[in-house]
Amino acid sequence: MAGLMAGFGHYTHAIVRGIPASLATEALRTSQAEVDLDKARGEHDAYVQVLRTRLGLEVVELPADEALPDCVFVEDAAVVCGDTALITRPGAESRRGETEAMKEALKDLKMNIVEITDENATLDGGDVLFTGREFFVGLSKRTNQRGAEILADAFKDYAVSTVPVLEGLHLKSFCSMGGPGLIVIGSSDHAQKALKIMQQMSDHRYDKLTVPDDLAANCIYMNLPNKGHVLLHCTTEEFPESVKVFEKLKDHMLIPVSNLEKVKLDGALTCCSVLINKKKPDN
Amino acid sequence: MATEASSETEVKENTEESSAQPDQSEKATQETQEVLNTEGEDKEKGKVKEKEGKEGKGISRYLPTWLKKQKSLSQTSPTKETPPTEEPTSKETEGEEVSAPEVNGHAEEAEEKEEVKSEPVKEKEEESNSNGSADTEPAKEEKVEESVQTTPEEKKETTKEDQVAEEKKEQEQETQAEADVQEGDGQISIFQSPLRLVRKPKMKVVVCRVTLLDGTNFSCEVEKRAKGQYLFFKVCEHLNLLEKDYFGLTYKDTHDEKCWLDPMKEIKRQIRSNNWQFSFNVKFYPPDPSLLTEDITRYLLCLQLRDDVASGRLPCSFVTHALLGSYTLQAEFGDYEPDQPRPLDFISQQTFAPNQNKEMEEKILELHKSHKGMTPAQADIQFLENAKKLSMYGVDLHRAKDSEGVDIMLGVCANGLLVYKDRLRINRFAWPKILKISYKRNNFYIKIRPGETEQFESTVGFKLQNHRSAKRLWKVCVENHSFFRLNTPEPPTKARFLTLGSKFRYSGRTQAQTRLASSLIDRPAPSFERTSSKRISRSLDGAPVISITEAGRDTTENGHDPHLELQSDSKSQLRVHGDNIYVRHSNLMLEDHDKTQEEVLKHQASISQLKRSFMEAPPPSPPQPSQWEKRLTSSPASTIRVQQQQVSLEEEIASVLLSRHAGAPCSTPELTLEAAVTTCSAATSQPLEPLLLSTPPTFSSTEVCVPQTEATPADSAVSDTKEPEKLPVVKTEMVTISDTFAAQKTEIATKEVPIVHTETKTITYEAAQLDGSADGEPGVLMTAQTITSESLCTTTTTHITKTLKGGLSETRIEKRIVITGDCDIDHDQALAQAIKEAKEQHPDMSVTRVVVHKETELAEEED
Repeated sequence: MAGLMAGFGHYTHAIVRGIPASLATEALRTSQAEVDLDKARGEHDAYVQVLRTRLGLEVVELPADEALPDCVFVEDAAVVCGDTALITRPGAESRRGETEAMKEALKDLKMNIVEITDENATLDGGDVLFTGREFFVGLSKRTNQRGAEILADAFKDYAVSTVPVLEGLHLKSFCSMGGPGLIVIGSSDHAQKALKIMQQMSDHRYDKLTVPDDLAANCIYMNLPNKGHVLLHCTTEEFPESVKVFEKLKDHMLIPVSNLEKVKLDGALTCCSVLINKKKPDN
Repeated sequence: MATEASSETEVKENTEESSAQPDQSEKATQETQEVLNTEGEDKEKGKVKEKEGKEGKGISRYLPTWLKKQKSLSQTSPTKETPPTEEPTSKETEGEEVSAPEVNGHAEEAEEKEEVKSEPVKEKEEESNSNGSADTEPAKEEKVEESVQTTPEEKKETTKEDQVAEEKKEQEQETQAEADVQEGDGQISIFQSPLRLVRKPKMKVVVCRVTLLDGTNFSCEVEKRAKGQYLFFKVCEHLNLLEKDYFGLTYKDTHDEKCWLDPMKEIKRQIRSNNWQFSFNVKFYPPDPSLLTEDITRYLLCLQLRDDVASGRLPCSFVTHALLGSYTLQAEFGDYEPDQPRPLDFISQQTFAPNQNKEMEEKILELHKSHKGMTPAQADIQFLENAKKLSMYGVDLHRAKDSEGVDIMLGVCANGLLVYKDRLRINRFAWPKILKISYKRNNFYIKIRPGETEQFESTVGFKLQNHRSAKRLWKVCVENHSFFRLNTPEPPTKARFLTLGSKFRYSGRTQAQTRLASSLIDRPAPSFERTSSKRISRSLDGAPVISITEAGRDTTENGHDPHLELQSDSKSQLRVHGDNIYVRHSNLMLEDHDKTQEEVLKHQASISQLKRSFMEAPPPSPPQPSQWEKRLTSSPASTIRVQQQQVSLEEEIASVLLSRHAGAPCSTPELTLEAAVTTCSAATSQPLEPLLLSTPPTFSSTEVCVPQTEATPADSAVSDTKEPEKLPVVKTEMVTISDTFAAQKTEIATKEVPIVHTETKTITYEAAQLDGSADGEPGVLMTAQTITSESLCTTTTTHITKTLKGGLSETRIEKRIVITGDCDIDHDQALAQAIKEAKEQHPDMSVTRVVVHKETELAEEED
């Protein structure tokens, strides 16, 4: 009997999506870097491989859609917590179509689907940080107040606090959860400021793990049977100093995952999957 | 504007009521009877005005002139009482109908007001007359003695005057207030059977209706001038609830807003509308319900939360609705039985969620199956474990606007103040961050402690709907802060004659105190009936305990360990716990500044002086451990105890000594106690009243002459407990009267003369010792423990000692109860209550000594 807020980091399923060829040229980006499509695809395959083979999750792989160059970043299309999945309304208009396939996939997984019908609301999953006890929603270029309100309505059990995102694309561009009650945070000013706000808004106490690089602060935490604490984080190649910090986590199974190409498109590790905990039917 | 008027009257208190009291009750008697006779037939009469006039004239000669003046405006026919009409205007007056007829006070007050207010009152008065005639009031008055028929009209008339006077007062407030539409449910014409009323012919009694958490109603009679706590205690007694500090009574004010009944104030003064209708509710939601001592407390908390959830006040997801609902089913019906249709009926009758549907009900049933084997108490615990995690658990929301006029909600909770915009939390001020809370008009302010990098404290202001709501929010903040953050409540401002800010302070126990107090509960878990299912909850003896809490709560059930010593051990652990949580006490100043800066400054000096002089007196509690130690070792079992008196303005200090001797169980402790209490009240009540010092003597110091209690050596004769009526009660009495000039000879521009006349008096009642332990044999002190707790108006210091003497272990609990309060506190009542509580907590012990030390402030009431 899973009570309220039990089992943070427990996942059974992951939804991912393929990389369309249009990614290299048409996907949205804040920098002007060139993206090597093949490298990006290789990276993504490795990522999916870790989820499926190494961690044993049931991976649902949605086919890429050439019309949706950013579709690989599935995180922005849905927020899943418990049995409820909120289908978002992405802030970037070119990405709105991404939610369709996601919705179908989540329906197939028998999730309770909540959709945003309000035309004034925008919400990117990348702005939503779920700590296991509450939500923080970054108010960014992609997410507005109304979107956050709808999220709060969808997950009534939890407090939903808003955090202004002053720099960077999403809230999770500089932070993520590194374990129950552990926030991994970048060391830039705006990241630290955001953390302060989160701490002030919360009734709970969080530990923090500060990494030198903001982008490295985006990692994936899971708590899996027979594996315990698992952390997917950046590689030494990308952020050597930050990796040293992660390596201090003695209780975690640390899995470095390369993200060199996708990061050029502001894609972080969490962006490329939607993680779901589906309880066994008879329990 | 309106709001100011109301606050003004709030502060005002009637000083003359008391003197007018006795005759009124008789009048009421008359009136009641009349009404009872005539109510029925006069149902349709809408216009009684003309008749009023006629009948009134005849009587007018009996009345003093000032009354006549009023009367011309306000007569009502003595015989033609109309039932309350449904017309909207009657709403306002409905309220006053039942108000106690305090002739002098109210009439004068009304007159005063007339002068002060520029508003013409004539029209209103007329209106009120017609409405006033719609009087159900007397119906609620008790005591109908058919035979006593002395000049009924006169009495009637006088009563009417009072009512009208009150009406006028009320009406002024009302008309000034925004025309809120109020439900016309003001009248609860309860006809008391005349048979029941003959008992106390002098007391005016009203019937209060309290809606309990299970939806049932509890009616009880209270004296009209009873304070909130009296009714609250009655309700708790009815519910068999000991951990009462988490709860409170609410009433709907004239604007249909839910307000907490202040235990320290007269009910009548708070409810305003004469609607003696209340609800029993959870006031402070314990952040960790598993730390509650008794199952019955948890059950009541569950009931409140079920309602919170079903009404949508506590929002939660579909799954959580279903989960909570399934625990409710388990608690009410026990294990799921496929062939038993009852839960199915129950489930659709019951509201689990605001938008309950078939799907949810099915989910509830499905989850219910998985709770097999869970006892009701365990199901309650599970329910609470889940409910407490909900983000809105225990958050009291208040509508407001921020400085830019944006609609927000302010949520007061255990941790601090939360700011919401729609569902989103947009800010949060934890109690330690808040330096000061205040309100002015309809603004509510919090002063924020400067952050690490900031230099200055900042003030954040919010706009409330009106002054009333600002004040209500402020009060709730004061109470929540005190309850959850402080170890002991802040004392209310003692200098009552200087009206700076509100005198309001949280008067109950803090959470830390109530945890301590409830850890002392030593009774078998009471059985209670679960109303919705009629399921009886028994104590969990022998039931499998499933461990649920992460806290790893010590599951030693209260009432199961027969030895108090053990209890105290687990207690100390608890105490440490409490301290750990609540030591970080912020220096929160709680004041509402409705004064200008100059006024504040003007009074500042005098206040601090006054404070100092009052504070010079040693604090009332707790007693120094060293002293205890000494006393105990020297005469552990002796009956002679010197009650060391503290100097303060406390009115009554009672110390109740309970003792239990292992191996000598007391068979009739109840009676022993009874005896002590009765004697006590008889002795204390009389000699005090006639004393009134009319000439204010000037003194230059605040010292109050304090006597040392004369303790009497008790009869050392061994008396058998089986003959309680023969228990000798030794009584000593000592009365000292002293006057104190509390304030220095400053040029304070207050018209009030701050003279405090104090009368001090000590009475000791001693039951003869049950054993012959007065032999002075010193015994070995095993354990000693002192616990202080505070409740509504009492501070209780409990000292538990265990001594070993000649192979017999003896546990002695000495409680020192300091009862503080206004003069119209019912001391005997409070004392009796204190003793009763002590008894309830230790049913297997007997009261062996009661020392009453009474210190009465004889100063003229100036407010």
